[in-house]
Amino acid sequence: MTEPRYVRVLLRIATIGVLVFLFLPIVVLAIQAFNSSKLLTWPPPDFTLHWFSDAAGNPQIVQAFQNSIVAATVATILALILGTLAALAVQRYDFFGKQTISFIFVLPLALPGVITGIALRTSYVTFGIDLGMLTIIVGHATFCVVVIYNNVIARLRRVPRTAEEASADLGADSFTTFRRVTLPAVRTALLAGALLAFGLSFDEIIVTIFTAGPGTQTIPLWIYSAIQRPNELPVVNVVAVVVILLSVIPVYLAQRLSGDVAASAAL
Amino acid sequence: MRRARIWAAIGSVTLIVSACGGTGATTPPTTGAASHAPSAAATQAATTAAATATVAAGTPAATVAGTMGPLPSSGVSSKIDKGEGELDIIIWAGYAEDGSSDKTYDWVHPFEDLTGCQVHSTDMTDSNNGVSLMQGGSYDGISASGDATTRLIQGGLVAPIDTSIFLNYPNVFDSLKNLPHNTVNGVNYGVPHGRGPNLLAYNTDQVTTAPTSWDPIWEGGSAYKGKISIYNSSIFIADAALHVMVKHPELGIKDIYQLDDAQFQAAIDLLNQLKANNPLFWGTATEQQTSFTSGDVVIGTSWQYQVNLLTADHQPIAAVLPDEGSTGWSDTWMMSATAKHPNCMLMWMDWMMSPMANALATIWFGEAPTSQAACDYAETISPGHCEQMHATDEAYFSKVHYWATPQADCKDEDPATTCKTQDDWVQAWTTLTGS
Amino acid sequence: MALPTAPITAPESLVPRRTSPRRKFGSWVHRRPRARLVGLLAAPITWMVIIYLGALFILLLNAFWAKDPFTGKVEPFSWTLDAFKTIASNPVYTTIALRTMGMAILVTVTDALLALPIAYYMARVASPAKRRLLVVAILIPLWAAYLVKVYSWRIILQGHGLVDWAVAPFGMHGPGLSDIMNTWIVLSYLWLPYMILPLFAGFERVPSSLIEASADLGGRSMTTFRRVMLPLVFPALVAGSIFTFSLTLGDYITPDLVSDTKFIGNVIYDNAANVNLPVAAAYSLIPIAIMVVYLLVARRLGAFENL
Repeated sequence: MTEPRYVRVLLRIATIGVLVFLFLPIVVLAIQAFNSSKLLTWPPPDFTLHWFSDAAGNPQIVQAFQNSIVAATVATILALILGTLAALAVQRYDFFGKQTISFIFVLPLALPGVITGIALRTSYVTFGIDLGMLTIIVGHATFCVVVIYNNVIARLRRVPRTAEEASADLGADSFTTFRRVTLPAVRTALLAGALLAFGLSFDEIIVTIFTAGPGTQTIPLWIYSAIQRPNELPVVNVVAVVVILLSVIPVYLAQRLSGDVAASAAL
Repeated sequence: MRRARIWAAIGSVTLIVSACGGTGATTPPTTGAASHAPSAAATQAATTAAATATVAAGTPAATVAGTMGPLPSSGVSSKIDKGEGELDIIIWAGYAEDGSSDKTYDWVHPFEDLTGCQVHSTDMTDSNNGVSLMQGGSYDGISASGDATTRLIQGGLVAPIDTSIFLNYPNVFDSLKNLPHNTVNGVNYGVPHGRGPNLLAYNTDQVTTAPTSWDPIWEGGSAYKGKISIYNSSIFIADAALHVMVKHPELGIKDIYQLDDAQFQAAIDLLNQLKANNPLFWGTATEQQTSFTSGDVVIGTSWQYQVNLLTADHQPIAAVLPDEGSTGWSDTWMMSATAKHPNCMLMWMDWMMSPMANALATIWFGEAPTSQAACDYAETISPGHCEQMHATDEAYFSKVHYWATPQADCKDEDPATTCKTQDDWVQAWTTLTGS
Repeated sequence: MALPTAPITAPESLVPRRTSPRRKFGSWVHRRPRARLVGLLAAPITWMVIIYLGALFILLLNAFWAKDPFTGKVEPFSWTLDAFKTIASNPVYTTIALRTMGMAILVTVTDALLALPIAYYMARVASPAKRRLLVVAILIPLWAAYLVKVYSWRIILQGHGLVDWAVAPFGMHGPGLSDIMNTWIVLSYLWLPYMILPLFAGFERVPSSLIEASADLGGRSMTTFRRVMLPLVFPALVAGSIFTFSLTLGDYITPDLVSDTKFIGNVIYDNAANVNLPVAAAYSLIPIAIMVVYLLVARRLGAFENL
């Protein structure tokens, strides 16, 4: 559709406006990472790099980083398996309770995290399960499953069943069909979903507050406690800036690899 | 390197100790921790090596002068069994510093070196939060204020403690021992940490006349509309009750934590009046710190901790204990009944009563230490600390109403009196802050 | 010509080995769609039902149990409606619930209005290279830690913060940190990418042929937009709104950090973190009920295909 010129101009302005809005706090936080004032007064009185060296030398941050990566990786892998299985089932079959299942698979993202958090914690305490890495991963995997599920289902809707049927006609059994026909078709959706799930898990704070044990910290938990300590506020900004920078590359790569930009952007 | 210094320290202590003589107390330890008895040669066991001269402040161990003989500046009892390697505690922010806020204030790393217990601390926002965390069962202990201790004891969440096993307990001020908030029927449930009042803090640039009473907050509120900082916890109702007690003696408030219907309503009315002046509520110390710094608040209820932080940051701040008195706290280290690392917890308790750790902790937070030995040690770091904190001034603390839990039975022997419960307080606070 | 005496067999490589166990199992599975279905669903359903729904169930049970009024300990199986009575008897809970719902609607509408132009631009006006860059640009704020973004806004909004500094020449003041409108700004900011992305996908999916047909039938661009495109992307809009609505409904950290107001999330968190689990659980029923209804309506409107 060729929109009239003025509409295009307005759209461009609106887009720029929204982008400014989206990046304002990011820019502020990037500036604050260099702010010499401990309490991050504005405007910054002076600029310094020493928060960066503080962060690099802080063993708690390193440990929290490791924990975050491990938790996100395991949760994403679990989610990939469970989410794909469920998506295949719901998309390719008709059965009693299908509607209910697709409903259940939206709940973890649709219900407020604070409820999921206290529900999981209460259950752990009731059954005497120790809070730790495992409980964090379980909590994360639960909503990561939803992300993968939605991505895969969206893609499966577009992959015609005929290809799978043809594969069966040619003598492939179910596993071969899955491996050589279905999987390649949904691969980029899996990648996009995995990336989003990893990001959600890495950044998760609300459910994690409730499901983490006293000795385990993820990056968001570290940030949460550091924000409450007097001299760690600037270091928090440093950590955030580093995480953003580290994430730009995989996000961009995912965009390049997935030719289908829309599908990879779908939640 | 560390080990060499430890051995050097032991050596020097032995020399000094044998030179001074003094009161013989406990029998020499067999597993080698700091011995109270000067006649004991500080013996073996590198793992529980006592009297580490490597204290952060740089003062060597036995420099405490006095005829009663030198005391170790740090150390835990040998009667406690080997540590489990980890310690998970719930603390008030600032109670377990590891040097990351200020290199001088680190009593966690020396403890970890001494006992091998890696410390993981979780901050609580207020006592209700602390009790809730304890209920989860995964922590080893907590630095509980009086409005949490009774609930923890009655709820069976904390274990009784045999104070005779501690190295440093005998030194604790007698006025802090066996208090009703942590001792029930003669059974101790913890050891004291420090005590202090809730203060009236103000920005010296904006508040030109130094206040001497709580009136600016309650009565002169509109002058500071929108710029008053108030502690966000149901326990703050007691501060309102204190003001009511002073201004309306006819209501007959005896204990600001045990209020009957009329007294409670008066306190709530006062709080609603305050609410009309748009106070800013603070939940964590750093929140209040940034609010004072940014100028969002100019006066409010605070702890010496925030005042210290702001002063260190060269902010124009001062604090005062108003004439009417104030609420306050007297904290107790308690061990969880389901502690996974009980030995580490016991060692931590002993450690926090030891002169060095207690001095550092109470200077950093801004509260009164628990023993003369800690006071003496504190002199070397921050002269005048104990005077400023009124550590031995019982008259001062008689004006401080330590936090306590509201109980239905009013904590008195008269069965006819009923008071508002903890639940009532929390509900009222929710209504106040939620509407 | 001699007739072949031996049976003609295909070369080895062309004949699939029918006798391998995997092959046998594969064939067996192929003939039994039910078994395949069960195999596929077993693990995910077990996880979701036992872990997730189970945890929710246990939480909701707590809403019906009594707690010791002094220590706060919950007595299992001590059935009572105390928690509900507490909520019902205090009007502040209704106020908070209504306030939160109002804010959720406001944030959703705000995000929809902000997202529409940029999503449209990305999907239908921008060149493919720009489109990719824009998607990356939208995704980056998602990777900035939630807490840090909120704290950044705190710095921006607080006294002597960025807003104060920016409007000082005009003699105005920034909002300070007790204004409820701060939550509107920050929440709209936080969830905006969650609204943009589904909308973008939705706009992309509108077939150009329909737009051309509309033009052929005489529709000017505004009419086409209003009567063809908007209805087609409406399900995507609803899909995005699921996130903005539910995330606002349950958030407690943002209201805590940038304002002094209490939302549903605050009540749940405060009660759960401060020894009143039954009230927290009972109050949770409100957002759960709201979201279930919202999801059912959303599903009817086709949002689930646009997630």
